[in-house]
Amino acid sequence: MQVPDEPVVEVQGLKKRYGSLEAVAGIDLEVRRGEIFAFLGPNGAGKTTTVEILEGFRRRSEGEVTVLGVDPSRGDTEWRNRVGAVLQESNPEPGLTVRECLELYAGYYERPRGIDETIALTGLEEKADTLAPQLSGGQRRRLDVALALIGDPELIFLDEPTTGFDPSARRTAWHVIDGLRALGKTVFLTTHYMDEAEQLADRIAVIAGGRIVAEGTPGTLGGRNSMAATIRFTLPDGTGARDLPPELRALLAGENGLVTLTTETPLVHVRALADWALGRGIDLPDLDVRRPTLEEVYLELTRESA
Amino acid sequence: MTTAASRGPAALVLHQARYDLRAFLRNKQARFFTLILPLLFLIIFVGVFGNHRVGPARVHASTYYVPGLSAMAVIAASFVNLVISITAQRESGVLKRRRSTPVPAWVLIAGRSLTAIGVSLTTMVLLLLVGRFAYGVRLRTEALPGVAFTAVVGSITFCVLGYALSTAIRNEDAAQPMTQAIMLPLYFISGVFVVNTALPAWLRHVAQVFPVEHLADGLHRAYDPTVHGAGIVWSDIGVLALWAAIGIVVSLRQFSWVPAASRG
Repeated sequence: MQVPDEPVVEVQGLKKRYGSLEAVAGIDLEVRRGEIFAFLGPNGAGKTTTVEILEGFRRRSEGEVTVLGVDPSRGDTEWRNRVGAVLQESNPEPGLTVRECLELYAGYYERPRGIDETIALTGLEEKADTLAPQLSGGQRRRLDVALALIGDPELIFLDEPTTGFDPSARRTAWHVIDGLRALGKTVFLTTHYMDEAEQLADRIAVIAGGRIVAEGTPGTLGGRNSMAATIRFTLPDGTGARDLPPELRALLAGENGLVTLTTETPLVHVRALADWALGRGIDLPDLDVRRPTLEEVYLELTRESA
Repeated sequence: MTTAASRGPAALVLHQARYDLRAFLRNKQARFFTLILPLLFLIIFVGVFGNHRVGPARVHASTYYVPGLSAMAVIAASFVNLVISITAQRESGVLKRRRSTPVPAWVLIAGRSLTAIGVSLTTMVLLLLVGRFAYGVRLRTEALPGVAFTAVVGSITFCVLGYALSTAIRNEDAAQPMTQAIMLPLYFISGVFVVNTALPAWLRHVAQVFPVEHLADGLHRAYDPTVHGAGIVWSDIGVLALWAAIGIVVSLRQFSWVPAASRG
């Protein structure tokens, strides 16, 4: 039944209007089986609205949506058996321990995973008999993931799973999410953290102002792989950017102590710079050549709508 | 492994009720207001006002308080506690997450209501036992089914009304004062705390519009030692059923599983 590369989520021309506000303004998405797909965007960009439509919690205004071959607004019990969701805001079951929460949820499914196995998978062994409301933020989130996994779903939605975490809790959560890949699950992850998407995702789509503004792998998003590189260095006293050879002066993007050049052929120009500097007997100890980070690409992509 | 879901809907309702009950029993505040407070009231009322003969049937006050406070116990477990817990679970996303699983909506409602019915009946039994052994309150054996039937109908009615009212409450903090603001005046005019035959007629008529009076009246009459038969007052059952019908209509139109802030 599980065909590799078969689309698990297909979205075409999806729109969601609230009164006169168009929160989602016509988007297309495709998520394939077994991939971790990151859906990235600033707060209010339409991420959660989109995810909640895919989860069957909200009605769309327009467009075609199928999740595991089913229109989520008509998702039945059988469909819910195949989908897991970690919602953006959900508190633990009050009055139940971690293990009891999982027992309760396991009872909802026809073919759940083992409870101990799921506890181990999310690293909650030590907390199995702790009342859920007494867990730390990071542990609660892992319980959320465990509850989403207990039904052994094919597809899991994770809506901002690490918002508000400290760095070490985030690392632990990433480890758990990365483990889902090994289980062959398809993961639809929303986040506004660039490093999270870069760390986990096979593919990324960026939404801003209700529209998809870029789509690609972490390495190619927004044309990052072909974007201009930046060469930065400090010149010694008595030397200025005006002393550079004309071919380098033409690349000048800024000079305030630090000289910044931008180039699409960094190797050629670093060589020219090196020849010029060595010819004058000066060194450039802080020379730095870099491509834009994913974060910079993202900020550039989402700037207009912010 | 066989799960509750694979054993059919009845097993799934029991499964839900088991965990709802466990969570209820771990909540100190819920335990106090539903299981303990009606018993405390019985002891305090008899202590303060004495165990004189009261009401049209000239029964001992304790024989009047036990069914009256039984009505309160049913309402505390089925209405007050349910409104508070459902509102809290809705606003904290617990209900929404449960709805992201295959569990049918009606199973969640039935399981939660079953817990309320169980707690209601438990407190009623405790009231009867304390009444019996401390104050000599008697319940005719032939009226037992009537008391149980009236209590279950009352409990279901107030669960439904609880679901209906929860739709008008936006957060957990408002739930407790709101339910008490509705119930306290009704308790006083419906024969729950004080004998309502002593009230002016117009106040009795007001009380008779609402379900509290009919639950209390049904239980009072079942406990009345001068009455014979099964102790089912069909006119009271009818009014309770009517209120349940109103509650169902409101709930079906208004009830939401997701937090008030994230609907659309």
